Amino acid sequence: MLDLTINGEVRQVEAGLSVAGLLEMLGLQAKKVAVERNLEIVAKSAYDATQLETGDRIEIVAFVGGG
Amino acid sequence: MDDAVTMAPAVEDSPLVVAGRTFNSRLIIGTGKYKSYAQNAEALKASGAEMITVAVRRVNLSNPDEPRLVDFISPDDYTYLPNTAGCFTGEDAVRTLRLAREAGGWNLVKLEVLSDPKHLYPEMSETLRAAEMLIKDGFDVMVYCSDDPVYAKKLEEAGCCAIMPLGAPIGSGLGIQNPVNIRLIIEQTKVPVIVDAGVGTASDAAVGMELGCDGILMNTAIAEAKDPVRMASAMKHAVIAGREAYLAGRMPKKRYADPSSPLSGLI
Repeated sequence: MLDLTINGEVRQVEAGLSVAGLLEMLGLQAKKVAVERNLEIVAKSAYDATQLETGDRIEIVAFVGGG
Repeated sequence: MDDAVTMAPAVEDSPLVVAGRTFNSRLIIGTGKYKSYAQNAEALKASGAEMITVAVRRVNLSNPDEPRLVDFISPDDYTYLPNTAGCFTGEDAVRTLRLAREAGGWNLVKLEVLSDPKHLYPEMSETLRAAEMLIKDGFDVMVYCSDDPVYAKKLEEAGCCAIMPLGAPIGSGLGIQNPVNIRLIIEQTKVPVIVDAGVGTASDAAVGMELGCDGILMNTAIAEAKDPVRMASAMKHAVIAGREAYLAGRMPKKRYADPSSPLSGLI
């Protein structure tokens, strides 16, 4: 298992999970969010290839209303 | 009096151009504080605006199916202008907008680096530093700033693509408090000047446009009106009216009355 911090929440996920797999597990559509891993942007084209590692700090954001 | 034959043709207006992008509407509206995204979308349609400001926030992991802005207002139909609301340093702003660029693929952004929550005045030295960082990173930066012509000049020289001075504090609805400074900024600036924040009602928007601004950005004035859709329509007309009045050139102000009807030929 991997220990991740996702949007400030500590979560455990299966080892070998990719960013694409994580989004699927969370029920999020990849095209509507952006992902940052340890303060680095993960390009959408790299979601499948990017493997998560224990201790990763993940931010998943989307557009919301704002001024 | 000249008759119709000798009338000069009306001055043709040119569209608003920001960093090479052309907009027919000079009104930009925010997407915060609405009762729902559906109401927001309806107000946007009524406003005629083509550009909207949006914020970037963490998704709610416990409710992945919550309504998404992009499902109500399509980025294919409107220009999204991601903002940096809530950022207090240049680093925060760059981090937020890099995420926005990845989420949407756009590099036209609204930079705002705020200070005290009581007045939400921009922190200008940090705003300038953040602008320089973003421009270096390839962003086209529309910058929210104070109505200080000196800092406005520095931001323009740093390469910002639009200067956006506040008319009054964000969300205050007080109208344009310092028209003298706004006019000074307009006179000295070669990129578009857009009044951002402070508009409360339609006449405030018209005042900004009559000063010669290139556009008006507002959120609360529409979202917190009793009928936001109707206010959106009012703002559309106010911005057009103010622009037309600016292009028409107002009459001089006089200290005394001047009758409109001829004095000769009285019975």
